Amino acid sequence: MLPGHASPQDIAHAIAQSRRQFLRTATGATLGASLFSFSPLRSLARTIVPGRKAVVVTFGGGARDEETFMPDGQRNIPHLLSELIPRSTFFAQVVNRGILGHYVATASLATGVYETFNNFAAVRPDNPTVFEYFRKGLKRPAFDAWVVAPSNGFNGIGESGNRSYGDGLGAGVILPKRLLNAALLTGDASGLEHMLRDNYETPLYAPQIGNNNFELHKMSELLKVSVSDFTAHARSLASPDELSVYIAKQLMRQLAPSLLWITLHDIDCAHAGAFSLYIDGIQRSDRLCSEIWRTIESEPEYKGKTNLFILPDFGRDADTDAGGNGFQHHRTGDPLSRTTWMMVMGPGVRENVVVDRPVESIDLVPTLGAMLGFSPNLSKGKSLVEVI
Amino acid sequence: MLPDQLKPEDFKAYPPEARQRCIARIALLRQLPLAFLPLLLREVIAYDWRFPVERQDLDAQLAYLAAMSPEELRRTMAPFSGLRLSGKLEAADWVSGPAQFSEQLTAHLWATHQIDTFRAAAVEYVDKFNAAKPKITPATPRLGLIMIGQGVTGNTYPLFTKLRRHGVYFKNVDPANGKQAIFDTVTKRAAAHPVPFAHWYIDGGDTDPFASGLTCVSYNALGAVRDALLARMQRVMRQGGGGPELLRTELARMRPEDVGMATPGGNPVLNRFQLSLLTEGSGTQIYSTTFVQWSAREALRRAEPLTLLARFAPRRREQSMSELISGVPDLPGIDPQGSLIDADMAAYYTWLNQQRLSGADKSSFLVWFEAGREAVAIGPSMPRDALQNRPIDIPGILRQIT
Repeated sequence: MLPGHASPQDIAHAIAQSRRQFLRTATGATLGASLFSFSPLRSLARTIVPGRKAVVVTFGGGARDEETFMPDGQRNIPHLLSELIPRSTFFAQVVNRGILGHYVATASLATGVYETFNNFAAVRPDNPTVFEYFRKGLKRPAFDAWVVAPSNGFNGIGESGNRSYGDGLGAGVILPKRLLNAALLTGDASGLEHMLRDNYETPLYAPQIGNNNFELHKMSELLKVSVSDFTAHARSLASPDELSVYIAKQLMRQLAPSLLWITLHDIDCAHAGAFSLYIDGIQRSDRLCSEIWRTIESEPEYKGKTNLFILPDFGRDADTDAGGNGFQHHRTGDPLSRTTWMMVMGPGVRENVVVDRPVESIDLVPTLGAMLGFSPNLSKGKSLVEVI
Repeated sequence: MLPDQLKPEDFKAYPPEARQRCIARIALLRQLPLAFLPLLLREVIAYDWRFPVERQDLDAQLAYLAAMSPEELRRTMAPFSGLRLSGKLEAADWVSGPAQFSEQLTAHLWATHQIDTFRAAAVEYVDKFNAAKPKITPATPRLGLIMIGQGVTGNTYPLFTKLRRHGVYFKNVDPANGKQAIFDTVTKRAAAHPVPFAHWYIDGGDTDPFASGLTCVSYNALGAVRDALLARMQRVMRQGGGGPELLRTELARMRPEDVGMATPGGNPVLNRFQLSLLTEGSGTQIYSTTFVQWSAREALRRAEPLTLLARFAPRRREQSMSELISGVPDLPGIDPQGSLIDADMAAYYTWLNQQRLSGADKSSFLVWFEAGREAVAIGPSMPRDALQNRPIDIPGILRQIT
């Protein structure tokens, strides 16, 4: 139990400590701070691995420690615990100091700057995205950076409104639910409101974006999946996130992008207040993360040269904060809703290591830059020396 | 407009009791900062439809602020005065629409990274006010009664893991006469302490006919209201534009008569409360388990009842993508097992919310899995973190905690 009058810093540290203790018990992980001493010379001696790729998986809809890393939550994340954490460097205290809305927070992760635009508007981020830094800095073609995102609101996340970057330099963005909606327009789409719900934070509203029939057929050609096969496969799936991962796997097989960003969103059904469905979302995300890693390990274009980053965009409110309603929302801005974790795995990353110093969610972009060899000069974050 | 420019006629659109209070305290209101005053007005504007406890609390808060010297008031309000607000916020009609203003203020505070400062200021203010206000001891110790698990046939989910450490975990409960014993207990308490809005019965299905002398809220009774509300919101969405802010504004403006709630003889305070459950709650329109949890939370927070009975019913089942694509009709059936898990967590939240009220050290709480043999009882007469395997029935547990 956390002390009643602890400062936010104390609480954030306690969260990290409890995760670390649990991880050490559960996985035998070693403490990074005691093993790792940063050496600039060693860092300089590292070279950028040719053909290195990165896959970033974010959970749009944070999962709290209570339902994941604490004893009661362990049963919900068997794959993270037994398969992924032992192979990763785990950052136990990732603090998000920005706006706790999923689109704006994900955009902040992607730009390395705490963006401040309206969370519910389908707008471009103000600052250059990691995709633009990557493509411009390394002169990569358009098909080398992709985003698979859950809702219409994420349509603008691929590239920013920054004049030095922006148009034509960003990532391709696929919104699987939107594609499915287009595919179903020819048939009877009644009863699909739930599946095609744009987001869970404001279930009654979806930003309007243009006609997408053209996009559907373009995607069909690109991914080598017919519209009918796509629809048929969707029938076998249990949730929108499974559809996103299916699309991501098609992208990996057909285009093998070097930078792939997947945002999972099922967990955020917590906003509807049904705890069991929130738990289902965590368990599904756990399984899908394992599936993504196995795909990386089995695809020749990715095996042995791909780093996987997994992180929630932020947490959810604490049970004990009277201003919130526990797991349901992320509105209070309390330390639990701001503090989350990140795991990094793949070549050059130490396995089974826990880092408990505080880092920020905007540190992701500079870390990717250091790994892949581009310079995110407008990002406000710092490279995470433990993994580069 | 800024607070120091307030005039009595600015409150002409307020309901009578609210208007009277604002005009009587206008000298105080003029001294409050813009980051604080509209939030206070958001509460006062609904004074006429507030529960008795809320009215007392608002009156006490206004008196607390009015009793301060100018220097004390300046110091108390300093954290709010120090927040940077925009010209757009200053120009907003925060007197007539304080709820809409608070939405805009919240967005501004997040966007300008001032939400943490605001949060700290608000917590400090509330703590000081709570410490200063007169302590009201409940007429009788509060009692929370939660029934979960209707329709469950066999369960492997570990129940009450968060509550067990606070009381006695009964593992061998005879369910015979349990429901009736709970109903009888609630009825007797309502008869012994006949105070308006002091005894609540919230049901995720239909209200049981036993409930006389109680404030009753049920998910099924509000079915027509839920439908009317959703239809209205879809109309707003079809008109295009505006986004969630417009929707929130529309919801905040909604009156019971807009969705067919103004039945003759109905209680306007309860009608407003029930409407707020659907317009301010998230998921309350869809899942009965969420509806009961949120209703219990709001009843405890706002009405501070002496007795609260919340009975969960199975909610509708979530449909998978394959079912939805296959065109399965929108009659997905019910999910008793998922509802049990929802209700287990909701019971914990209800206990937490009860413990936030005065007299928490004397309050008692019982949660019972009515389709099984498990229960947890918490109260001053019960040991903590104890396990009881001996056979017992619900009347027996009630005798121990009441």
